[in-house]
Amino acid sequence: MVRDTSVGSRILDIVIHLVMILVIVATLFPVLNVVAVSFSSPENIASGQVALLPKGFNLSAYHTILFEDVHIPKSFLNSVFITLIGTAVNVLMTTITAYALSKRYLVFRGVFMTYVVIPMFFGGGIIPLFLVVKTLGLVGSFSSLIIPYLISPWWLIIMISFFRTFPIELEEAAKIDGCGDLGALVRIVLPLSTAAVATIALFYAVSYWNSFFPALMFLNDYAKYPLQLILRDIVLQNTLADQLASQGNAALANDLQESITPQSVQYATLVISIVPMLIVYPFIQKYFVKGIMIGSLKG
Amino acid sequence: MGASHQSLLAGASIKRAKAGNGLWFKIKQQKILLLLLVPGLLYFFLFSYVPMYGILVAFKKFRMQAGHPFWSSVFTAPWAGAYGLDYFKAFINGPYFWMLMKNTFLLGFYSILFGFPIPILFALLLNELRNRYYKSFVQTVSYLPYFLSIVAVVGMMKLMLAPDTGIVNVLLVKLGFEPIYFFGLPGWFRTLFVSSHIWKDLGMGAVIYLAALSKVDAEQYESAVLDGATRLQQMWNITLPAIKPVVVITLILGLSHVLGVGAEKIILMYSPLTYDTADVFSTYVYRQGLVNMDFSFGAAVDLFNSVINVFFLVSANYLAKKITEESLW
Repeated sequence: MVRDTSVGSRILDIVIHLVMILVIVATLFPVLNVVAVSFSSPENIASGQVALLPKGFNLSAYHTILFEDVHIPKSFLNSVFITLIGTAVNVLMTTITAYALSKRYLVFRGVFMTYVVIPMFFGGGIIPLFLVVKTLGLVGSFSSLIIPYLISPWWLIIMISFFRTFPIELEEAAKIDGCGDLGALVRIVLPLSTAAVATIALFYAVSYWNSFFPALMFLNDYAKYPLQLILRDIVLQNTLADQLASQGNAALANDLQESITPQSVQYATLVISIVPMLIVYPFIQKYFVKGIMIGSLKG
Repeated sequence: MGASHQSLLAGASIKRAKAGNGLWFKIKQQKILLLLLVPGLLYFFLFSYVPMYGILVAFKKFRMQAGHPFWSSVFTAPWAGAYGLDYFKAFINGPYFWMLMKNTFLLGFYSILFGFPIPILFALLLNELRNRYYKSFVQTVSYLPYFLSIVAVVGMMKLMLAPDTGIVNVLLVKLGFEPIYFFGLPGWFRTLFVSSHIWKDLGMGAVIYLAALSKVDAEQYESAVLDGATRLQQMWNITLPAIKPVVVITLILGLSHVLGVGAEKIILMYSPLTYDTADVFSTYVYRQGLVNMDFSFGAAVDLFNSVINVFFLVSANYLAKKITEESLW
């Protein structure tokens, strides 16, 4: 390839590099700032001294979170539990449904396909969903965060088209050797699908870890709250109360929050909630990107 | 494919004599597959189709009756007014309607106006980077916000913009300005909403354009260079046309959401102080329907909103077909 060395091209290169630096700084600065503040001393936080490096290195906020405030460790475990169980069940449900629907010779396949695609486009909205979950007696339990979200039609469709890429002879051979449909799925298809299954598992896991709205709708017991909902209480409600207080609206601020959580604890809670994502995302992003590309280019 | 059909059909025709019914035989033969389908079908029935039936709540004077499933309560509940439209009328004639309409539209409109072109520009510029490692580093960094929860993103904003201790206000004060109570001022809400949306989705938003760009034949660029095209001309004449179909489809989908701003993020961001600019249809549905338990009214507002969204989707698709010959259907 010929290098273009004209003035216009050089200017374009400069613009490109400036934009890239801007993107890097804008993306990393908020995260680094929050992490730095969470490790700083309360005096330095209160006087707003901390930018990218901790000032007056201090672990008291983490000590409070981990050993004094029972809610945060508990909610962390709740989130881990919900994410593990939810992901496992979703992957199982999505896989078996997609496997059956991927068979071209399945009876009534057209009907079944229409049936699972319609929910991608139409829904009843949150009120009827809430009423269903309530009628089924799930409100207040962890199952209300999982059962209403068992299959994402989107990932179902992607799995179906993935299973279709398998040469039919493979399963034919398995069946001649005496495998049933279930045997072919478990012994032939699944071992060859680990990459695809891992991808949807990652998607489901990230969305379980990050979700807060179902918990907001369906849970009423503080002991069952997932981490995101605790984070909302500690950071969002508190900063609002903070703000109202500094505007002189003390009464309204008190309504919102009896006692305002110290800033260092708010920052540290935020860090605790994003650390798992910060650790795993560089490893899983390529799967996500692939998944999004497959999904987008199919349409 | 052929082989399987033949063997299946052969099997079927041998046993058809015994079974007497081809379909019934097939069902028996595929019973494992059909059993695998049962949980999934049941799931969609309960959590997609029953809620669709539940839309009736919007047209009826519905009360949750203890000990009865909601579907029977809906069935026996009286209609709301002559055509079941009382809740819709109450909403449209109510004091909030135009405020909600305006807020929903503006948040959606600004999200598209600023949020739609920026990932495209980013993808175009990223595509110009020659160093593979540099490129993948920038990309990896840009994906980060996508993986953070919306609670964490709003939390970060609130902490960094906090009046006394947030770094933004600390800097403002140092530069000699008054601190700004960003989250307490209605005038700031739209800016915060749209800019955080761009921050969160920039990297992932660019992915589909980069995917489309990776399909462009390198020879096209080489021959353009031989013809003396500048890099901007190459972008304009080769790169942009290559991603046009994806751009149009993303835009149609985006336009269909102009009035579909979701409740989740706004519920985290707003407060009674900022309702004037922040309250939208979906947050109103949440407050009236779920917090205040006015199920029928909430469902009516939600349905009204969905109907407008479908209208927007259909119109956007129609216009796109007319103007660019690309469309969803």
